[in-house]
Amino acid sequence: MSIRFSFGGDEHIFAEVSEEMSLEAFFTSLSMTNAVKAAGIKGVTEICPANASFQIKFDPDRILPSDLMKELQSMEGAASKSDASLQTRIMEIPVLYQDPWTHETLMRFRERHQNPNATDLEYAAEVNGLGTVENFIKAHSSQPWFVSMVGFVAGLPFLYQMVERKRQLQVPKYLRPRTDTPKLTIGHGGCFSCIYSVRGAGGYQMFGVTPMPIYDPTQKVSYLQDEMCLFKPGDIVKWKPVTRDEYDAAIEAVEANRFEPVIRPATFSLTAFNKDMAGTNARLMEALNGR
Amino acid sequence: MAVNVISPGLSTTVQDLGRPGYYHLGIPISGGMDRFALRAANMLVGNDEGAAVLEAVFMGPELEFTSAATVAVTGGDLPPKLNGDERNTWEAFPVKAGDRLSFGYLKSGARAYIAVSGGIDVPMKLGSRSTYTLGALGGHEGRALKAGDSLPLGKGAGGKGAVPANLRRMPGNPAELRMLPGLYWHRITAAAGKQFFADTWKVAPEADRIGYRFKGGTALDFVPREQPFGAGSNPSNIVDACYPYGSIQVPGGTEPIVLHRDAVSGGGYMMLGCVISADMDLIGQLQPHSPARFVEVSMDQALAARADRLAALGRLRGHLGR
Repeated sequence: MSIRFSFGGDEHIFAEVSEEMSLEAFFTSLSMTNAVKAAGIKGVTEICPANASFQIKFDPDRILPSDLMKELQSMEGAASKSDASLQTRIMEIPVLYQDPWTHETLMRFRERHQNPNATDLEYAAEVNGLGTVENFIKAHSSQPWFVSMVGFVAGLPFLYQMVERKRQLQVPKYLRPRTDTPKLTIGHGGCFSCIYSVRGAGGYQMFGVTPMPIYDPTQKVSYLQDEMCLFKPGDIVKWKPVTRDEYDAAIEAVEANRFEPVIRPATFSLTAFNKDMAGTNARLMEALNGR
Repeated sequence: MAVNVISPGLSTTVQDLGRPGYYHLGIPISGGMDRFALRAANMLVGNDEGAAVLEAVFMGPELEFTSAATVAVTGGDLPPKLNGDERNTWEAFPVKAGDRLSFGYLKSGARAYIAVSGGIDVPMKLGSRSTYTLGALGGHEGRALKAGDSLPLGKGAGGKGAVPANLRRMPGNPAELRMLPGLYWHRITAAAGKQFFADTWKVAPEADRIGYRFKGGTALDFVPREQPFGAGSNPSNIVDACYPYGSIQVPGGTEPIVLHRDAVSGGGYMMLGCVISADMDLIGQLQPHSPARFVEVSMDQALAARADRLAALGRLRGHLGR
């Protein structure tokens, strides 16, 4: 994997590790951005890892773009050899699939969708050859997902499914983006799922909602008082399908600020994962469920 | 010491020079879209250049002052009126307790910067007072102003003076936005690249602090490829990546969008390159339907243009005795 570097105007260097998505590309991007952070290069103002790429923002009054470019290129060798493992967290995200709010929204934007006569979940089940919505929800929620990028809007995680490529769920984005998406919608576009942290525009298919806030600019939510954004790249997520009653109870707990998310420490090694995905995921579930 | 909002205008927000350092979480830099005008307004009223001001777009608010202060309005030509009497833009003027500031119709540009001595003293959030409305962060309660809001003011000595016309900067007609090609430029054909610079575009109605959309040019032809895994099926799709400020994405290959101060930090559309830092202010002064062209420059030209802007800021400081 050879990184393609490009200037983004006079204030950014953009680096594409790979054209296609893979956890290998993600880990190279993460080790590059960690190396840039550790190097403490003068003039570097923002370091942003992404799914299979990364971006450095800099102040060209403090460092010449060509000098920074040389410095980044010199780090590539070490980054690609670094150990792709993480001390991270696994967290459970409750999801009410087929909820009334995303349903109301998707009906409003049917003319922007590939199949105006089906819901987003029905369409996703069909294009993935899974037959029914129930089968699709099972495929979506049975295995963990890896946070490979945070962004688009504040605190939104992009999630990559931790299964063999041929089993990964893929659904095209809407033909034209919607102007509205309910807050905390579970979305999916291409091979990525996401959680919309705020209400707003979006092009991903909508599958459900979580009652659990993931971004709080007021920093009042008990687990978002230190950091406004819950997710970091490298976090691992397990969706937990819930009923409407369970969803309502969780909302009540959130409103009383006594909702406690299930978040456990976990380790992840890409080498071990690639050798034995089912075994790695089973161990992650043990870490989550405390067994 | 406060400013009371009698009517809010179309979308008036508190802005300073922004909130760098959180883009990796999807929180953009925000801050004034026309930073030169914002700095000038602050200098005129004796504030730090980066103090918080009000940014009004297309239409001014109506404000009432609870104490004496100095005020200056810069940026787009949105004529201020003090108790109904017109005042000059780009010039400091005093106000008394009980005075009302309103605005006439916008004559040119798109955004006006209203600075008050002492600065708008809303709480700092992540190191800035700027409003990021999409994330309900910063400014006054994380949103655009509403009638009935009351904004606290800091303590300020006040200032005086005016900025002569030759030190102001507004886009031409058509606006020329200098751009450094790069990023995913290789995804389009050479002919499409040539046409992109030859076309005169028009600002679309979808133009805001997140980004400016342009229409009326030629759709892009892409270099054929098998779409990479995870990218999506449209030739304009890429595996979701970070978006630079000023980057020009072209969803579906039809209408370019230039991301601005409240940029979405990433997404799955290919980008042709970036409008250079020296020309970002100009975009903030473009109205919908106004014509614009993209002009190809090299990195050396981009850096020279940046140095020119720094020199212009130096002349402004010199003129105002800063």
